[in-house]
Amino acid sequence: EEDTSYSHKEKHFFTHKPNMATILGKESGLNLKETELCLGLPGGGGVGGGGGGGGGGGSSEVETPRATGKRGFSETVDLKLNLQSKEDLNENLKNVSKEKTLLKDPAKPPAKEILEIEGDLEKYFRAQVVGWPPVRSYRKNMMAQKVSTEDVAEKTTSSTASGAFVKVSMDGAPYLRKVDLTMYKSYKDLSDALAKMFSSFTMGNYGAQGMIDFMNESKLMDLLNSSEYVPTYEDKDGDWMLVGDVPWEMFVESCKRLRIMKGSEAIGLAPRAMEKCKSRS
Amino acid sequence: MNKMEGQAPSPLPDQVLENVLETVLHFLSSRRDRNAASLVCKSWYRAEALTRSELFIGNCYAVSPRRATARFPRVRSLTIKGKPRFADFDLMPLNWGAHFTPWAQALAQSYPSLRRLHLKRMSLTDRDLTLLSLSFPHFQDLLLTCCEAFTTTGLAAIAANCRLLRVLDLAECVVEVADEEVDWISSFPETQEETHLESLVFDCVECPVNFQALERLVARSPSLRKLRLNRYVSMSQLHRLMHRAPQLTHLGTGSFSASELDPEPDYASAFAASKSLVCLSGFREIWPDYLPAIYPACANLTSLNFSYADINAHQLKSVIRHCHKLQTFWVLDSISDEGLQAVAETCKDLRELRVFPVNTREEIEGPVSEVGFEAISRGCRKLQSILFFCQRMTNAAVVAMSNNCPDLVVFRLCIIGQYRPDPETLEPMDEGFGAIVMNCKKLTRLAVSGLLTDRAFGYIGTYGKLIRTLSVAFAGDTDLGLKYVLEGCPNLQKLEIRDSPFGDGALRSGLHHFYNMRFLWMSSCKLTRQACQEVARRLPHLVLEVINSEEGKADDIEILYMYRSLDRPRDDAPKVVTILH
Repeated sequence: EEDTSYSHKEKHFFTHKPNMATILGKESGLNLKETELCLGLPGGGGVGGGGGGGGGGGSSEVETPRATGKRGFSETVDLKLNLQSKEDLNENLKNVSKEKTLLKDPAKPPAKEILEIEGDLEKYFRAQVVGWPPVRSYRKNMMAQKVSTEDVAEKTTSSTASGAFVKVSMDGAPYLRKVDLTMYKSYKDLSDALAKMFSSFTMGNYGAQGMIDFMNESKLMDLLNSSEYVPTYEDKDGDWMLVGDVPWEMFVESCKRLRIMKGSEAIGLAPRAMEKCKSRS
Repeated sequence: MNKMEGQAPSPLPDQVLENVLETVLHFLSSRRDRNAASLVCKSWYRAEALTRSELFIGNCYAVSPRRATARFPRVRSLTIKGKPRFADFDLMPLNWGAHFTPWAQALAQSYPSLRRLHLKRMSLTDRDLTLLSLSFPHFQDLLLTCCEAFTTTGLAAIAANCRLLRVLDLAECVVEVADEEVDWISSFPETQEETHLESLVFDCVECPVNFQALERLVARSPSLRKLRLNRYVSMSQLHRLMHRAPQLTHLGTGSFSASELDPEPDYASAFAASKSLVCLSGFREIWPDYLPAIYPACANLTSLNFSYADINAHQLKSVIRHCHKLQTFWVLDSISDEGLQAVAETCKDLRELRVFPVNTREEIEGPVSEVGFEAISRGCRKLQSILFFCQRMTNAAVVAMSNNCPDLVVFRLCIIGQYRPDPETLEPMDEGFGAIVMNCKKLTRLAVSGLLTDRAFGYIGTYGKLIRTLSVAFAGDTDLGLKYVLEGCPNLQKLEIRDSPFGDGALRSGLHHFYNMRFLWMSSCKLTRQACQEVARRLPHLVLEVINSEEGKADDIEILYMYRSLDRPRDDAPKVVTILH
């Protein structure tokens, strides 16, 4: 009755997977649809129906997995995908410590990184589904900020009251947010958190960029000429700077307020930021 | 009433009957009974409408504010629910709807005596809150659950203007940060010697509050019984507040975390002094060394919410072994199976258990499993409601619970990995859920997960006769699955399905029942626009909202949100929503 050519385990791994091409296409800007990197069982599509599909009523035995990678809204989905793919890639491929920032390791073209994945494809895909498991974002965020019990030893006094709270605004968004900069260890952490916070607004490739590479002038100018969003901050002197120009610890101390604005608006900030950066190195 | 001739004419017999009816109906409180009474005849309909003082609207778009206020002119307590539950998980577009503004305006006009308002999953602005605060001189209770779009400015208006405020409960709301941060706690008028406050719940408000103002407020609120603080309140501040309000019955402890290095007050004595405490929650940034402080309160606790407290089994055990009267327990899976076993050993009176995941990634190993689950079923025989997140579960354990806990009314099992079979037998989870619907004869709410075939749905359709709410994700094989449910469950009101291979045939099989339902949600299933259009044509009082994230992909339905409505479809939908008619 329940006979199928595939064991339940395999079906478990390969059904209803988002199409890899769609996910990556958004992230890297490359059109991977052409290459049709579609995850499925050898010899055809993945399993559509499953256990009763072969024996039971007249549905087709084997169907290609759904061609859409979408599980949620394009804005939220893209950003979340960008976020999680970045995390997953970093974790799975490079075993990078949390301290690492993208400044030190300018992003390679994402497509190349994807193709380097070997055993973790399944894990990668399963992390992509929006809204699953059904845990409210508030709770998810709270958990993400938690110090795990193993780290308790490192905690001296856990303090929320004396954090470094700054307001974050995003051009076009109707609300502000507040972040405690001491909750993050690096620009990447902050960038991920901001992307999550504002994921409901169009962010374009903000997540993918994550951080701005100040050393690469042409890349920087490209970004600032685009309509992509960049994070800026107001420092102790009241100047508005591009986020990422100083080491993280220095940033936490001098940042008074954050504003996420369109690259084209931030362009006036660039020369100062580049100088600061060059003079440091 | 007979009068002498020459005097005013006696009231018509009908009128007398109506007066009597109104007097009698006044005592009818159940809305189901009232709905039935209103169907008897016109005069009963009128009398019932005039005497309904508590109005419940399960879907804000099922009826227009105008129609609701026109039928029920004397409402004092109103509950309105907006977005469907899946909106909590980012499955709906921003600005989808459930705007409170049109309701606010209608209520301000029609219900000057409004005393109580409870909104769930609605979007309400500061202007709405301000209007509320100024429109109802007798306003007492404001409860907002999972609401959004307002800031502390709106809260300040409520605090400042609602002189008789008794209850201000904000549960799981997203309170935005205003551009100019408003110290809303200070907005409670200091000139009032004593407030009427009985319940102040603001644990979801994500910004610091003025502690001095809060302390003064608590000090002048002798009726205060429920106080739930947000995570910006430190342990020592909590201590001061408890000292001010030893009469509290429900306490949300805020951060429960240290902020100073100075020698600290005796926290345990504060808990010992609060002899009326029955419900503890909070522990938002818990510093586990402080846990012993709550021991004195444990023996009386009927409700304990540790769902933000990342504690291990050992830490939990030290607390739970004192909690013999516990009936409601929310916790994180960090306590592991060992912690669950401790709960099972002590909490013989447990009615409701919720176990949330610390880590929502789909790992192979998780800290809780069928072991702890089965232990709970053996130890807590009176269990009525369970929500359990885990990475692995066996049919045997679920069957065991179905046998050990026959009083279950709510059974929600979330196996985090999609399509996970029973790890021991590699079978689907059909038999486990089948046993639940078979043996738990009072079951009204069910959420399924794991690898499930149409067979599971066959069980649900056959045995789940009382089920009102059903949640399905990544389950089933063919249209038959959904058909079994739609044809077999006569009490089904809320059906939410995602990522399951149910299509047009299945949808059509529910035509006989859709008017009895509050809503149907189907996302990432196999529906086509044609079928939805057909349903819309055949059932004119249904609103079918089709939500596709990309334009032009009109044939494949990404999300169908369907509900009955007495009025024309709404006109406040964003562009991504297409309403079929």
